[in-house]
Amino acid sequence: MVAELGHFALILAFCLAFAQALIPLAGTLTNKPLWIGTARPLSCGQFVFVAISFGCLVTAFVQDDFSLAYVANNSNSLLPYYYKVSAVWGAHEGSLLLWALILAGWTLAVAMFSRSLPADMVARVLSVMGMIAVGFYLFMLFTSNPFERLLPFPPMDGKDLNPLLQDIGLIIHPPMLYMGYVGFSVAFSFAIAALLAGRMDSAWARWTRPWTNAAWSFLTVGIFLGSWWAYYELGWGGWWFWDPVENASLMPWLAGTALIHSLAVSEKRGLFRSWTLLLAILAFSLSLLGTFLVRSGVLTSVHAFATDPTRGVFILAFLGVVIGGSLLLFALRSSTLGATASFSWLSREAGILLNNVLLVVTLAMVLLGTLYPLVADVLGWGKISVGPPYFNFFFVPLGLLLVLAMGVGASLQWKRQGTNRLRSLVKAPLLLSPALAVLWLLLAGWSLKIAALLGLTAALWLTLITLQDVWKKSQHSHSRRVGLGRLNKSYWGMVIAHLGIAVLAIGITLTSNYSDQRDVRLVIGEHIEVAGYGFLFHSVEQVRGPNYIAQQGRFDVFVVGAEGGDGANLAIKPFTHLAPEKRRYLATGNMMTEADIDGGLFRDLYVALGEPLGDGAWSVRVYVKPYIRWIWLGAMMIALGGVIAAFDKRYRKTRVDVKQPSVSQQSEASPILAVAKKES
Amino acid sequence: MKPARKQRLLVVVFIVVIAALVVGLLSYALRENINLFYTPSQIAAGEAPSNTQIRVGGMVVVDSLQRAADSLDSSFLVSDGSATLLIHYSGILPDLFAEDEAAVATGALGDDGAFVAQQVLAKHDEEYTPPEVADAMQQAIDKKAKASSAKAAGDALNKTKSKALDSTEAGY
Repeated sequence: MVAELGHFALILAFCLAFAQALIPLAGTLTNKPLWIGTARPLSCGQFVFVAISFGCLVTAFVQDDFSLAYVANNSNSLLPYYYKVSAVWGAHEGSLLLWALILAGWTLAVAMFSRSLPADMVARVLSVMGMIAVGFYLFMLFTSNPFERLLPFPPMDGKDLNPLLQDIGLIIHPPMLYMGYVGFSVAFSFAIAALLAGRMDSAWARWTRPWTNAAWSFLTVGIFLGSWWAYYELGWGGWWFWDPVENASLMPWLAGTALIHSLAVSEKRGLFRSWTLLLAILAFSLSLLGTFLVRSGVLTSVHAFATDPTRGVFILAFLGVVIGGSLLLFALRSSTLGATASFSWLSREAGILLNNVLLVVTLAMVLLGTLYPLVADVLGWGKISVGPPYFNFFFVPLGLLLVLAMGVGASLQWKRQGTNRLRSLVKAPLLLSPALAVLWLLLAGWSLKIAALLGLTAALWLTLITLQDVWKKSQHSHSRRVGLGRLNKSYWGMVIAHLGIAVLAIGITLTSNYSDQRDVRLVIGEHIEVAGYGFLFHSVEQVRGPNYIAQQGRFDVFVVGAEGGDGANLAIKPFTHLAPEKRRYLATGNMMTEADIDGGLFRDLYVALGEPLGDGAWSVRVYVKPYIRWIWLGAMMIALGGVIAAFDKRYRKTRVDVKQPSVSQQSEASPILAVAKKES
Repeated sequence: MKPARKQRLLVVVFIVVIAALVVGLLSYALRENINLFYTPSQIAAGEAPSNTQIRVGGMVVVDSLQRAADSLDSSFLVSDGSATLLIHYSGILPDLFAEDEAAVATGALGDDGAFVAQQVLAKHDEEYTPPEVADAMQQAIDKKAKASSAKAAGDALNKTKSKALDSTEAGY
């Protein structure tokens, strides 16, 4: 019953989305205010019904309704209730429904928080979002209906959720990622609306920026959670594998990062307009591509894709319509938006141009490496995989360049930067950062590796030049505190995000250069020393979880060379215990490695059980990873920066004068001064 | 030329030059870093290059897994139904690695004809067979005209597929 209700609500949501896609847009073309006015109520209705549908699927999972094929394939009566809920988005059909729900949520948010926008603009934006929703509903209803029944012989129990997905990280990772993916649909819809209207100005950029920032922050959090999950759950201790699934989320992030920067130029200087629109289209197209790459099974096998031709054909057609259609519209209309102003090669806009070029090149590199094996397989060039060396070969130098350019670019002024001031800007950081990098490595007691020095220097350079910029901009006749208070949220957001990049870069550099990783054979009672830590293999015992049986190892960890002890003397007190597990899930018989980690700001101690080798011996993975937490700390700072910038006051002006956007362009030639002026 | 237009031209030239550079580098790096997949039959026929990084895969032959007594060195045979290949590996085998299951290894073929793996991947979950392995088995079936060997390969393939249903199988 619940399932039928959900199915019915889904069909209703589809109908409302269809109306939302057509009526408001038709209203803008025929100038009928009544039709234009339907955009908001239709968005609300669509959201309500897709929410009901989603609620029904959750209910079916919680109630163990195994007569539903999707529930039977992805859940089990032994599963704890929170994993039953998260199992809703554990596979293809349910994650599409989550996608649609989040899209409806963003649509609703746009409908609610767009009072300051002209009605026809809102109508266009919501119409475009409706069109995207229609595509998703059609896909779900025709090829991937989560409410399909297994009648008349439903199974007694479900096949269980993949044990890898039974984890807190995987409860929140997909929703966050989808919030990001789908959030770019707002920027995309604004872009299409601008093309349809043939109007794009600073006001447009100002409307689009907070939405794009919010989506981008969610995506950042989503990627970071995925990486964190891979680190502790996959049992390999890596944090990024250049796996196609990861690349699928990195590509829209790169496009989105380029977009938020390009939007800044479009808002402040009215430049790069067509480019901004193109990036908005690109970011969302890549989000769609990412969703489908991961969820359609095309990555695991091109043939799996071909064995279910309806899904495959629909996906290709949908991608074709969205990407092809929007690019066609772009080709036809973008010339009407033309920007005529020119810019100096030594200015913030030029810095952002460099940022965009680097990001797009990185994006192209990732795209090629991800799709090449698929293309090769389809064309019969053989079965190929593109390994991490390819990605690292490009990503490392490009990332380094990006970090180096970032500091200077962000400290430059709009319009034109004097060469003298530039020199004074870079002098101190240029001298200090390599010296500090060397000092850092020496103090930590590590060997001086060129790669580590380069990475650390770049990160310190970015940090110093960013902090110096804050120092200079917060100068004030009264006191430093007043000066700091004068800086607006946009600026703080940028500073925090850029410092986050520096923290991330430090984490990546130190972890990849100074990790100590050992795969060893250990008999109970033996110990091993890794990077100054001793790990004593104490025991293995059997423990029971809600839906699994585990062999739980116990490791005593102590500091080698601590008072009164050396490697041979194990009498010293261990400072912590680690209990990695080897689990066997009862429903499927799947084996799972559950690593145990002692985390810290400066190092992680990581132990995972491999397999029993007989005679009380186990293969054991023991890693000491310095500064690895900085990677995720940096990622969180980046996301936080995006959020803070999205809350800048100027995005919340109740009325925007659409006709004279040039006023704001001129007065904000130096945004910080402009804000200071406004407030005084 | 108007200054704005001239600048736009410069931007375009700049982008074209960068793009050309990148495409050149990309194709170079791709050529250096792609790993081709070979089946045990192809390797037996001498089609694979030695001392170059490649990937191989097949079903792990029953009772072929051997471990050293004092290290993590191990060796096993993989088969596609018509030929077998000896693989040496030093390290921890993945969770779902088991005899009579599919495995894919990345590494290089030594001059002695044995494969030294740097990485061994097994199935993600019970239902999944790496597409390369499924393909390899299929190829082996197609190639063999002899009914008997085709049957053996067919059995092995069917076994992989039926494993999904057989959930009572003990882990260790």
